[in-house]
Amino acid sequence: MTEVTLLLWILFKILLIIIPLIVFVAYLTTIERKVIAYMHGRVGPNRVGYNGCLQPIADAIKLLFKEIISPKRSHHFFFLLAPVMAIAPALAAWAVIPFDQGLVLADINAGLLYVMAMSSLGAYGFLLSGWSSNSIYAIMGSMRCAAQVISYEIAMGFALVSVLLLSGSMNLSTIVLAQSGSVLNWYIWPLFPALIVYWISAVAETNRLPFDMAEGESEIVAGYQVEYSGITFALFFLAEYANMTLVSALATTAFLGGWLSPFQGIVFLETWTSWVPGLFWFVIKTCLFLFLFLWFRSTFPRYRYDQLMSLGWKVLIPVALAWVLIISLYLQLGGWL
Amino acid sequence: MSHQLRHYTVNFGPQHPAAHGVLRLILELDGETVVRADPHIGLLHRGTEKLAESKPYHHNIGYMDRMDYVSMMCNEHAYVLAIEKLLNTTVPIRAQYIRVMFDEITRIMNHLLWLGSHALDLGAMAVFLYAFRERETLIDCYEAVSGSRMHATYYRPGGVSQDLPDSMRNYEKTPWISNQKLDALNENRQGSLLDFIESFCQQFPSKVDEYENLLTDNRVFKQRTVDIGVISADRAIRVGMTGPMLRGSGVAWDLRRKQPYECYNELDFKIPVGKHGDCYDRYLVRMAEMRESNKIIQQCIQWLRLNPGPIKVEDPKISPPSRYDLKNNMEAMIHHFKLYTEGITLPAGETYAAVEHPKGELGIYLVSDGSNKPYRLKVRPAGFTHLSCLEELCQGHMLADVVAILSSLDIVFGEIDR
Repeated sequence: MTEVTLLLWILFKILLIIIPLIVFVAYLTTIERKVIAYMHGRVGPNRVGYNGCLQPIADAIKLLFKEIISPKRSHHFFFLLAPVMAIAPALAAWAVIPFDQGLVLADINAGLLYVMAMSSLGAYGFLLSGWSSNSIYAIMGSMRCAAQVISYEIAMGFALVSVLLLSGSMNLSTIVLAQSGSVLNWYIWPLFPALIVYWISAVAETNRLPFDMAEGESEIVAGYQVEYSGITFALFFLAEYANMTLVSALATTAFLGGWLSPFQGIVFLETWTSWVPGLFWFVIKTCLFLFLFLWFRSTFPRYRYDQLMSLGWKVLIPVALAWVLIISLYLQLGGWL
Repeated sequence: MSHQLRHYTVNFGPQHPAAHGVLRLILELDGETVVRADPHIGLLHRGTEKLAESKPYHHNIGYMDRMDYVSMMCNEHAYVLAIEKLLNTTVPIRAQYIRVMFDEITRIMNHLLWLGSHALDLGAMAVFLYAFRERETLIDCYEAVSGSRMHATYYRPGGVSQDLPDSMRNYEKTPWISNQKLDALNENRQGSLLDFIESFCQQFPSKVDEYENLLTDNRVFKQRTVDIGVISADRAIRVGMTGPMLRGSGVAWDLRRKQPYECYNELDFKIPVGKHGDCYDRYLVRMAEMRESNKIIQQCIQWLRLNPGPIKVEDPKISPPSRYDLKNNMEAMIHHFKLYTEGITLPAGETYAAVEHPKGELGIYLVSDGSNKPYRLKVRPAGFTHLSCLEELCQGHMLADVVAILSSLDIVFGEIDR
């Protein structure tokens, strides 16, 4: 295979991930509106297409045709660069997520590290957007966002360290395979506190309610994205939802056995459901986590900025650290117990 | 070094999702901490007081509705009470009960809207929609009795405009709604208005439980409201706070008890008070008030069912004649003509009438020179006093707390700017 065809093949695979992902993310926005609406006793969007099924397409078309307004005193180049910097890492991180056995774009050994690195990079987009739009609300939003992402990255990292310890690998496919055998082998059981820490950090990391400090529409209007319009706004929106999907997928991979069937090791159910592709289980588990996002959003009040920080530093990081210690002690002394 | 650092000056509003209307708040922020909060008012000023001087007494009732557009009938009540005080008339007992019932319906309406927006400002979206679901029912009561869903103009000098209707309007069939659903919607609308309100009153406590489930013991909600915006009882009295703001600080001051008007002294209800005077206590006081109002409404329903009677004074100089008299009686015809052209004429003098409005004491100071128009009408809104304490309440808190404090004041700009 020449290098050109190899490149084209990789490009094709990238598109194979990105396009379904973008469609999924677009529909996630509509599903969010629907789910929250039913939780609120409303109906949600139901006019575009059957029961609102074409709503994301209508939204996308509307946003594409809106004018991009760049404030007079903003730094125009960075103002337009910021949304790109927000969405690019959110999409790039998907390169290492295993959708099924062998169904992964880049099966690299530092997979987990790569995902963490990419999700940290996303913070630059938010920082830059607030700084370049030269507006007080925007800069406050991006300052909050930066502080929040940095401190929650640590808790999230330590929660994932315990996964590393158990599986002995940073390769996401290996992590999944290490959980195979039965539902009881999934890391959710031994690492339940780590999952909780991870999940709270993930919600904070993606700036979702109850931790949506960076947006906080009743305090700083819309935070970093207050000056954005049209497709630049839509890119931030897509980045947020792509990040949500990413952290859910990562939670699935690290704690819920990724693409593995929940019926493994059960006598008849395993053979009956063996025809179901692993991708299906992966998507189902990811949606389970995504549903939690929506559920939180429709019920919880918002945290305050300083309370969020003290929760991160004083509760989540110690808990995650302690669990790392317990797991490593168990692994070292496991033979004696 | 410190003199090189500059505080942020933030223009919070008038276009701001948490500004509750058109408040323009100039905030000076040291990082996220509030150094100075300077509310600017007047963006909704419509000159109600001045307008009232050029209108006959009857015409002003509608303006009162539009002052605090969240609790309409209570505004009318204060104005109508002032006129009746100058006229020195007593309203028929049935009209008093109707007024009290609608005052309490209005109180629930106001507190529901307050609860919804308070929760929404703190980020809890669900409560907002749940509260509006119940508020809708109460607005239907307004509609049934006055034909208007918000600005009712239902209270009149000498009584109320008409007696309670014997039937409720039903939902109509549309292609979007199934017959089964339609029947469910219309189930409690088969009887009279009183039946409708009674069915609401029976369900309402469980709905309040629902809201409390979402908020009262919610850790995040408590973190956001406990010890935020504290004002001591002493200070609250000194600055002239009234209503739930004052009661949240532990002072059991309620005009319905302390200076009973209408038939409040015949009714059984409690005055909930708080302890610390923070946002959380004010929240608890308002939640308890909704339950108390519900009890008052139930007592009024019972009384109104048993005691039919006149709903306005018989004095032809004050209330219009019946349609029958109008067509069969020369005197009535003349009175009707005089009443709707010249209006009521008040004896010269001045008076102050106040009601326990859902937001606090709403007072009307009325000066009459003996003509058919007020010589001077001064409104004493509760929200104005509360807003003027904003800086004191916000001192040293964070930006997110300003939002919580502001919404716990329960301000509506229609009444502050007038």
